[in-house]
Amino acid sequence: MSQDREPLFSSKNLKLLREPLDDSNPITVQVLGICSALAITVKLEPSVVMALSVVFVMGVSNVVVSLLRAKIPPRIRIIVQLTVIASLVILVDEFLAAFAYEVSKQLSVFVGLIITNCIIMGRLEAFALANKPWPSFLDGIGNAAGYGLILVIVGFVRELFGSGTIYGYQVVPEQAYTAGYENNGLFILPPMALVTVGIIIWVQRYRNRKLIEEQQS
Amino acid sequence: MENLVNIFVKSIFVDNMIFAYFLGMCSYLAVSKTVKTSTGLGLAVVFVLGITVPINYLIHNYILKEGALTWISPQYADVDLSFLSFILFIAVIASMVQLVEMVIEKFSPTLYSNLGIFLPLIAVNCSILGGSLFMQERAYNSLAEATVFGLGSGVGWFLAIIGIAAIREKIRYSNVPAPLRGLGITFIITGLMGIAFMGFMGIKL
Repeated sequence: MSQDREPLFSSKNLKLLREPLDDSNPITVQVLGICSALAITVKLEPSVVMALSVVFVMGVSNVVVSLLRAKIPPRIRIIVQLTVIASLVILVDEFLAAFAYEVSKQLSVFVGLIITNCIIMGRLEAFALANKPWPSFLDGIGNAAGYGLILVIVGFVRELFGSGTIYGYQVVPEQAYTAGYENNGLFILPPMALVTVGIIIWVQRYRNRKLIEEQQS
Repeated sequence: MENLVNIFVKSIFVDNMIFAYFLGMCSYLAVSKTVKTSTGLGLAVVFVLGITVPINYLIHNYILKEGALTWISPQYADVDLSFLSFILFIAVIASMVQLVEMVIEKFSPTLYSNLGIFLPLIAVNCSILGGSLFMQERAYNSLAEATVFGLGSGVGWFLAIIGIAAIREKIRYSNVPAPLRGLGITFIITGLMGIAFMGFMGIKL
């Protein structure tokens, strides 16, 4: 970074942060990290916790791998990367179990599954192995934020329609229930998460025509 | 025996890795363009799950669990190493995947080039680590139960990816709205398949 005196937030670096939010969103465009995105989005709270954990793990692991990139022999890089990620995830897991026990119970195995979240591996392989620490850090934060954004949207929609609450607070008024409104139980069940993400993709590509896939070969 | 069949059927249909837990979605979505490649990937997943779950079961029960080290000496009765399980499980999985990769490269180069990047990514296929973590959480009683659970989950994943690949091959001839083409419609189809699979919920043998 310092040799060419590029400013810390040059337009190139800002692009690293901004692109994953829309044009190259990890979930809807790169198709990475779907697994955890869908399973824990029944409510908003676990989605937010999950998003924050991923931001932490991705930011730090991208920096660590980027610092080590000259030292890692290519043949065993996957194991090295997994070890870095796994150590960070253990930290997150112990931290959640100590300070947010309820949420950590709800997330159950999915905290551990951050290790195999393909976003993290994918970005390490595609970016951190070939770039300097600071851009890698921004890339990690940007992608994790893009991931978190989708998580929060899905969590919001599913909690609103599925339980009539947002972040645990009742938002659908009592009168609506007495007037015959009912929560849509389908939204609590796993399949609706897929349909919700499908619709998000639809809306995004409708707005952003260049993302539309060609008729498959 | 009855118990084993029960676990097998349950892990294929009721606790299906894809439709009930969304594990292994990334490669599921990316590789399911043709039935042929998905068969290969599906078999690799069955194989890797069938090996890693029993190995991790042994590691969990004889090294990591609280009091598991008593077979060395009774003084280790209150050693609890389970915080190490993520690292050990993932190490076993990564080395197993390397092995499978070498075997496939040797015996089927076409399959190898078809699978491409997704073979190393089996190591980070959530369904594999997920299988081990569910095994740990559900505390199966014997090695046989753990093995059957691993194989069953693999077969469930296999069925799911074959199903979606076949549907995607057919859907090429339909007029899907342009923004929904490809990824979007695959998500929605998977959701519908998931609703169908929920019909199996609560089945007891």
